[in-house]
Amino acid sequence: MEEVRLMKGNEAIAEAAIRCGCDGYFGYPITPQSEIMETMMLLKPWETTGMVVLQAESEVAAINMVYGAAGCGKKSMTSSSSPGISLKQEGISYIASAELPCVIVNVMRGGPGLGTIQPSQADYYQSVKGGGHGDYKMIVLAPASVQEMADHTVLAFDLAFKYRTPVMLLADGVIGQMMEKVVLPPFQPRMTEEEIREKYPWGTLGKLKGNKKNVITSLALLSEEMEKTNNHLQAKYREIEKNEVLYEEFQCEDADYLIVAFGTCARVCQKTVEMAREEGIKVGLLRPITLFPFPTETIKKYAEQTKGMLSVEMNAGQMIDDVRLAVNGKVPVEHYGRLGGIVPAPDEVLNALKEKIVK
Amino acid sequence: MTTNEIINPANLVHKKTDLLTDVPMHYCPGCSHGVVHKLLAEVIDEMGIQEETIGVAPVGCAVFAYNYIDIDWQQAAHGRAPAVATGIKRLLPERYVFTYQGDGDLAAIGTAETIHACNRGENIMIIFINNGIYGMTGGQMAPTTLEGMKTSTSPYGRNVELNGYPLNITKLLAELEGTCYVTRQSVHNVAGVRRAKKAIQKGFENSELKKGTSVIEIVSTCNSGWKLSPAASNDWMVKNMFPAYPLGDLKNV
Repeated sequence: MEEVRLMKGNEAIAEAAIRCGCDGYFGYPITPQSEIMETMMLLKPWETTGMVVLQAESEVAAINMVYGAAGCGKKSMTSSSSPGISLKQEGISYIASAELPCVIVNVMRGGPGLGTIQPSQADYYQSVKGGGHGDYKMIVLAPASVQEMADHTVLAFDLAFKYRTPVMLLADGVIGQMMEKVVLPPFQPRMTEEEIREKYPWGTLGKLKGNKKNVITSLALLSEEMEKTNNHLQAKYREIEKNEVLYEEFQCEDADYLIVAFGTCARVCQKTVEMAREEGIKVGLLRPITLFPFPTETIKKYAEQTKGMLSVEMNAGQMIDDVRLAVNGKVPVEHYGRLGGIVPAPDEVLNALKEKIVK
Repeated sequence: MTTNEIINPANLVHKKTDLLTDVPMHYCPGCSHGVVHKLLAEVIDEMGIQEETIGVAPVGCAVFAYNYIDIDWQQAAHGRAPAVATGIKRLLPERYVFTYQGDGDLAAIGTAETIHACNRGENIMIIFINNGIYGMTGGQMAPTTLEGMKTSTSPYGRNVELNGYPLNITKLLAELEGTCYVTRQSVHNVAGVRRAKKAIQKGFENSELKKGTSVIEIVSTCNSGWKLSPAASNDWMVKNMFPAYPLGDLKNV
């Protein structure tokens, strides 16, 4: 029988990570995501699955511990919130370049700077456009419920190993802190070293006689070589764009207007859609689940059917750029957002929709 | 005597360990790195732990260490080697894991990672090449640059009012509960080379015994950065570096 539990989004990530056979978690406390490490420490997975949980001296150290663990072909992860994720960017760039699989959770809070501990979506650019130095991308998943916090943790590891790439779970303080019921994923055993050697022969588990040595590195001094690395990464990102787009449509079939929103904003906008339809305005909601790869083709399709779109985000307008690129001028696209940690209310969004789009 | 007669196996008195690859080393003639690499490779070979050893290369001249020693390697971001080694060692507790770092890497940008890995008593070995200068980037001032020592970013000599004092990080690390063996060696003469090799072996043995972190500092030369001949560099090191960084064990638990 499936096990239904009531818990916070952050706790669901911790539970799911242990259950899906994660080998190591390395983190540093920061609000509003500290429950992830706290839950793991309480659950003591080192006594059950053998998973390592270690509190690092900084976010910088934590992401580099992930680098080391991932370089051995181990399932490893870290989590933080916006200011801490900024600190991890160096490590993420190295991880992307060295093609290491890992999961990075960002439970976003309002910035810039120390900002606020309240929820925000202002790290959209940083997450989907690269974040650190160099030309690279991460797969970015945007959970909108506690259930998805658990499900996406499992999915993130699968995608990370499928493509040898870092995957970010981009949540916000609301999803991290709110409690909902959740069905936890089943237990999967951690991989044995023999299994890792077979499935991930690039891992540094120690060079066996007769094998070539494995080297995890992102360095290529020769430009021709570095261009090759870059071309290889770009080809991988095109492949990801082709295969891994995920989104959810809510009352889109007959929509005259489309709201595009992810995470917490998508939850708010479901209510907006219902309120608008009560007033006779046919609105649909498109919720990107993967922010990279972005559901460009789907939005392009809706540009043929609708009269306008509203990108609703808890930031000053970031995802709207990707919506506009997809729409390519076919219909007006406007933005509505609240900043600094404020979650917009459904009626605010409805008013914005009427003012900016439904004229 | 022909060359073939000379390389007759019967005449062999010293063989290069197979763990040192045939890739030509990029190090400058006279640089200490080549000797330390050879010692590392020999110790790993003699202990028979090639299959169980993972090295972590730094950013700096030794970034290409992975080209020269035939074991699995990871190359870490600047200063982050102890964190990377922590990640490896925690998930592979039965492996021998070591970092190989220079003074800029270990004692400037990576100070936090170094101190905290040592303070946790990670069962790893840290090999610390201290030549008082940033070699790879062209001879800039390092945390361990001596007072008055000229570098490209202290062209009139290190001025403590402006730059602070040379950082004796090894002494600091010896104070931490997590370290079990902290030693300072050199490879400028035969006796030094022999002692340095023993120290490296002890570091690996400590890892196996799970005694804590071993730190092996090798006070080294950088003749290109110091703008001296290899022989003059050795003399300069003995005269100037050794008084500031005296050789010997700082801690041996």
